[in-house]
Amino acid sequence: MSPRLSRRLKSAVAVGAIAAQLGAAAAPASAFCGFYVAKADSKLFNKSSKVVLAWDDGKTAVTMANDYEGDPKEFAVVIPVPTFIERKQIGVVDIRTIDHLDAFTAPRLVEYFDEDPCAPRVYPTPAMSAGNARADVSARVEKSRYAGVTVEASYDVAEYDVSILSAEQSDGLVNWLADNGYRIPDGAEAVLASYIKQKMHFFVAKVNLERMQLQGNEFLRPLQVRYETKKFMLPLRLGTVNANGPQDLIVLALTRKGRVETANYRTVKLPSDVEVPLYVKEEFPVFYKSMFERAVAREDMRAVFVEYAWDMGWCDPCAAEPLKNKELVELGARWIGNDSDKPYQSFGSGSDAYVTRLHVRYDAAHFPEDLAFLETRDRSSFQGRYVLRHPFQGAANCRAGDEYLASLPARFETEAANLAELTGWNPTGIRARMEQTGQSFTQSNFGIGPWIRRNIFRN
Amino acid sequence: MAFSGSVDAIALARSPSIPLRLAALPWRAWLRDARHFQIAALATLLALNMAWLDFGARPIPSLLAIASALGAQITCSQLWHLPRIDLRSPLITGLSLSLLLRTDDPGLMAVAGVLAIVAKFAIRIDGKHLWNPAAIAIVTLLLATDRVWISPGQWGASIWFAALLAFFAILVLQASRRTDIALFFLGAHVALLLARAEWLGDPLAIPLHQLENGALLLFAFFMISDPRTAPDSRLGRLVFALAVALLAHWLAFFQQLRPALPIALVAVSLFTPALDRLLPAERFQWSKPS
Repeated sequence: MSPRLSRRLKSAVAVGAIAAQLGAAAAPASAFCGFYVAKADSKLFNKSSKVVLAWDDGKTAVTMANDYEGDPKEFAVVIPVPTFIERKQIGVVDIRTIDHLDAFTAPRLVEYFDEDPCAPRVYPTPAMSAGNARADVSARVEKSRYAGVTVEASYDVAEYDVSILSAEQSDGLVNWLADNGYRIPDGAEAVLASYIKQKMHFFVAKVNLERMQLQGNEFLRPLQVRYETKKFMLPLRLGTVNANGPQDLIVLALTRKGRVETANYRTVKLPSDVEVPLYVKEEFPVFYKSMFERAVAREDMRAVFVEYAWDMGWCDPCAAEPLKNKELVELGARWIGNDSDKPYQSFGSGSDAYVTRLHVRYDAAHFPEDLAFLETRDRSSFQGRYVLRHPFQGAANCRAGDEYLASLPARFETEAANLAELTGWNPTGIRARMEQTGQSFTQSNFGIGPWIRRNIFRN
Repeated sequence: MAFSGSVDAIALARSPSIPLRLAALPWRAWLRDARHFQIAALATLLALNMAWLDFGARPIPSLLAIASALGAQITCSQLWHLPRIDLRSPLITGLSLSLLLRTDDPGLMAVAGVLAIVAKFAIRIDGKHLWNPAAIAIVTLLLATDRVWISPGQWGASIWFAALLAFFAILVLQASRRTDIALFFLGAHVALLLARAEWLGDPLAIPLHQLENGALLLFAFFMISDPRTAPDSRLGRLVFALAVALLAHWLAFFQQLRPALPIALVAVSLFTPALDRLLPAERFQWSKPS
């Protein structure tokens, strides 16, 4: 599609969007930026997780979601935090709020319907969006005495028992965690020792099953921790210790000024605005996973990918309903100063909330350091966006229609080549699927000349 | 602080006469001036950024930074009544700014270029400008506005790319005098990162990853090693490099103040005149241009 045509079509047609479900599709269980530790010897995975990171000049809110679906009592979480955490700095949020932001920022398919080349018309299409993952955590904590370990505080937070620990020696901390039912993977001790020397505290949480039952929650809600720090970072290292292969992390960064990038790893925009064959609509999650894997390989697994970076006040096309003020506040963007039930909007020259969606596939070998972030002043807009162009389905009985129909095979070739380039899929397979799904590479004029088709077979 | 003379006038006055043999072969004289290699290296990096591995430099801001630095040099040369206008130093400054500085307001890139050059002409002590022009412009804008930033991670950690930079840097070192300070600084910086990793019990991969950073190489080979602002004596340069590395380390890891390197350089540069008086040595000048 030429850019000019693309713009013309954009204004003329409605747009459908499908949000990707990356985290849920990727793995059976997952972890936060810390690591899950089973109380029993059940096999551990932590493959994917989702973090909302709200940042306003040091005021930080970290909200952690994951898609663990196992027994709540099996799980616990250990997260290094830069400061002591008071009770009022901890909360749980509704998983639907994170899912909403996830869907709102997810890479999307957009659909355009070609106009009748003979008489331009408009074919609206209903917008589609997908729901999303599930969150969970778990644990329970008891007090004890161990060398150098201080249980600075213990809190009941909704269905969680939370403790804030500080430590002077990693062996004491490891003993404490082990004796309190946190199974510590081999190799974690060295990482804990590093955090201890950096004066980090440890936020540990387990599920209190009684309270969970009392509250009647079927699923564990995402935990949120708020604190003030100059360290704009996410700890990854604990999560790589017990990892079984690379993991995925999606960071949804809410900021006041602009785009967030990693200061110690390259931040790369994913390929976007590419036309792909129509059948991709049926298998968008598969497409997206393949494309992401290829992008990761291209960067030698040493980059963090931008999937969305946009002013929160508007969207085009919107992959989901805009977030409400209260949802943004719930996720930590308290600076917007309004927690009403109305959709968050910008008026005029941009709002004071900006969202950056970063997707990183990491392991200890390629990401030895924790992610350090940097808030830039860049407020330009970017979205992972893949375009479907539906050919005109009518008769197209005119000379322009002849040209239009004749142009379609070349367009399909481009779409097939785009898809092969993005995903690494076999071009022959792509072409076969396209033929099966109505995107024929041969001229679709029933084997007869345009004039005869127009005049004899007109409908 | 004296507001006198000019960089190039003083350089010319003190420049050793070039042997006739070289004068007869202009390209040899040309090769003797490290600035030509610096310009080639920086321009290559900028071209790579535009054409291949995007690390954030954009054409219009880059053009503005370079043009404003050149324009400021021409204007200041006339104001300070210099016998001739040398555009090589401001070109290096403009290219460095293009490669390092990011802003959402391209106009600030022009401000940076002017600021760098004006600071070079106006803020001089003992006939020597105090700050590396690009460094003072970057730090001033970082502290005075919240519209600029430095993207240190965008160079990528590619060993290949670091090797490419090192290759250029070696050329620069070969051609330029007094660049021992770059080695002093890098040695101190590496030692501090290794010591920190040792203290924390971190794997070696972490300090190595911290070194795989193109912005660090630019800083080491193009900013701290600016022979016109570095201390005159070798011992002075060693002390200076150690002080910058230590201060930057403290700022980055204990104060979480980033970007630490240019801030540390600008702060330590305040003591260059004192170092030069304590440890006097011959002043550096660029060779007479051919």
